[in-house]
Amino acid sequence: MANDATTSMHSEVVAPHDVHEHPWYQRHHFETAEQQREAASFGMWLFLLTEIMFFGGLFMAYLLYRNWYYDAFVSGSNTLSLFLGTLNTVVLITSSFTMACGVWAAETRKKGMLLLFLGITLFLGFVFLGIKGIEYKEKFDLNHVPGAHFDISEFVNPPAHSHEKPLPVDMANRTQIYFSLYFAMTGIHALHMIIGIGILFVLLYKAWQGVYTTGYVQPIENFGLYWHLVDIVWIFLFPLLYLINRH
Amino acid sequence: MSTIVTLPDQTTAKLPKRNYINNEHGLMSWLLTGDHKRIAMLYLVSITFFFLLGGFFAGMVRLELLTPQGDLMSADTYNKMFTMHGIVMIFLFLVPSVPATLGNFVLPIMIGAKDLAFPKINLLSWYLYMAGGIFTIAALVLGGVDTGWTFTTPLSTHYLNTHVVTTATAIFVAGFSSIFTGLNFIVTIHRMRAPGMTWFRLPLFIWSQYAASILMVLGTPVLAISIVLVALERTIGIGVFDPTKGGDPLLFQHLFWFYSHPAVYIMILPGMGVISEVISTFSRKRVFGYTAVAFSSVAIALFGMFVWAHHMFIMGISNYSALVFSLLSMLVAVPSAIKVFNWGFTMQKGSITFETPMLYAMGFLGLFAIGGVTGIFLAALGMDIMLTETYFIVAHFHFVMVGGMLMAFLSGLHFWWPKMTGRMYPESLSKFAAVVTFVGFVLTFFPQFLVGYLGMPRRYHAYPAEYQVLNVLSTAGATVLGIGYMLPILYLGWSLKYGAIAGNNPWQATGLEWQIQSPPLTENFVEIPIVEQEAYDYEWLAHQKEVTTVG
Repeated sequence: MANDATTSMHSEVVAPHDVHEHPWYQRHHFETAEQQREAASFGMWLFLLTEIMFFGGLFMAYLLYRNWYYDAFVSGSNTLSLFLGTLNTVVLITSSFTMACGVWAAETRKKGMLLLFLGITLFLGFVFLGIKGIEYKEKFDLNHVPGAHFDISEFVNPPAHSHEKPLPVDMANRTQIYFSLYFAMTGIHALHMIIGIGILFVLLYKAWQGVYTTGYVQPIENFGLYWHLVDIVWIFLFPLLYLINRH
Repeated sequence: MSTIVTLPDQTTAKLPKRNYINNEHGLMSWLLTGDHKRIAMLYLVSITFFFLLGGFFAGMVRLELLTPQGDLMSADTYNKMFTMHGIVMIFLFLVPSVPATLGNFVLPIMIGAKDLAFPKINLLSWYLYMAGGIFTIAALVLGGVDTGWTFTTPLSTHYLNTHVVTTATAIFVAGFSSIFTGLNFIVTIHRMRAPGMTWFRLPLFIWSQYAASILMVLGTPVLAISIVLVALERTIGIGVFDPTKGGDPLLFQHLFWFYSHPAVYIMILPGMGVISEVISTFSRKRVFGYTAVAFSSVAIALFGMFVWAHHMFIMGISNYSALVFSLLSMLVAVPSAIKVFNWGFTMQKGSITFETPMLYAMGFLGLFAIGGVTGIFLAALGMDIMLTETYFIVAHFHFVMVGGMLMAFLSGLHFWWPKMTGRMYPESLSKFAAVVTFVGFVLTFFPQFLVGYLGMPRRYHAYPAEYQVLNVLSTAGATVLGIGYMLPILYLGWSLKYGAIAGNNPWQATGLEWQIQSPPLTENFVEIPIVEQEAYDYEWLAHQKEVTTVG
């Protein structure tokens, strides 16, 4: 009997329950749109925490080996192109700025501006990856990629014009650790960029449909947080990998 | 104060006409569901499958160890058996067991919410779990993997030609399933509690899930990156863990155990939450020292993050850090003991009855206490150097993981089974199964303490003849244990159709989940309850007039 009462009560309760006052994007299990927004935002921050722990393992390895093999890290670092690294840093920070502008455009419900800013962010993401690709290619050409073809001759007998300190053979071998970490760290960072770019395409399409300019800002805001995190990771990677002995 | 509660007369109970099971029909309504209760059931079926798979490997290991010679299988096959046993049981059974099944089902209801905060991510976590399972089975079918579940470098990176990368992918993917479950729980507990459900009115099950979720969110990504580095080292030859290139294998151990020791607490904490619920319900008393038990969960999570190096006492970490980690490892015993003593005091002067969940919980208390105390032996530096890598270790962690966690899981499964399915399991048969499990467990693993202390190393398929008696005892026990585990699978399946109708609150328990119909409606609550009572308030329950709706 009690259960019949439950069922009939249900049909009575749903109708007067302010169904039509809720915004369209509110999921049924949230009491208010505010609760949904807070939950989504909190969830995103927690996810960023897992990302920090994920990169944390790499930073731990970097810390250890940089202390052990400082000279190898300096020599390895000096082979990177300071110009391309700086350029990429500028590109990425600019893309973070345009992403923040995108969040602003969504909040103020400006569809054209949102599309524009997301588009620029997407473009800058591709520019970053392109520049990274050029840098990677150079490493392959110089045989600085860890593995069977890794070549230490440049570190043992540096060309006279480079003003580099020659390394003893065992320390020169340790440059392989530097490049291992260089590829692991920048590679996983680039993978995050690629995932981000994939999501940006989806967001652009939905923004073009007008989904995010009617008050439903959460996906844009959360993606913005993700993009900024990827940016911040790079801001740590840049000095750690490029600027070890360039001050 | 204990309250005498008369259990309701179940002969008049009827199954509700509409509930989450019959709300929608068809396979797709299950595979695409966002309902936390249905996802819990999906998980329950999948982890049972992987439990049977892991159990099969355990059976093969025990069978090989029946005789001192390696006569059933070669050393390599044996290595693959215990590796697959470890990987399947840890990553595909123990880690998701209580959180993803029982937690998924009751956590939102306990705090008065209609669902977890992110139903789609919840479903995604089940698919990731299944993907991890499929990669594991792929590695198995392709020829197996024999690194041990720890992927120890440089063995895993340089010396084996088995399917390490496939298995690594499995664990990476299944890890994300665990991260998403933990993330979902934390957000739900913070943001979805019903009005009046303050932190200190939460059932202790929620506190323990919360502590375990924090470990999942913080620890699992570190496992992910260490697994990625192993895979990169195997495939493209980077040298972070490779001594010939200047890398340090010990760094891998640090990164791996930074997750995998907290993972032990990820596995046991949810089980402790189950025990709090069960002991309170069947003693009809508020859990003694509620606040202490709640904070001890958080303390275990916190201390558990800083003990990982005790896995490396014999691997060349410095003496000073070994001392610190030894001390910290012993400190974990303090919050664990707080829990055990408080459960004991909860029972004191309670109106105790011994239904099946309570029997399993009593089993938990005894076995977990032995597992915990032997953990202190192993945390002591001198003892550890003698006992590590012997069967003593094997017995220790099986007492905690199987004697502790699996008993807690079965306790919780029986406890919430009436809520999940609306039907009772057969009581006398299940009591028999609980006793068989306990006897089988002790017979399997107690001899391993002895044989380990006598010096039998783990991970070998053959051993000196003098250890045979104890190994025969252990294998005999494993057979009994196997029967103990098969029984619930059979009679719980039987009860789905033929079990007695349970009614809303067959145990007269106080949690919000017991105040709604069983099985619950898809949306759990017709109206969100307003909570005005503390957790485990049996006075409040006794004076409740209406139990169908709350608030």
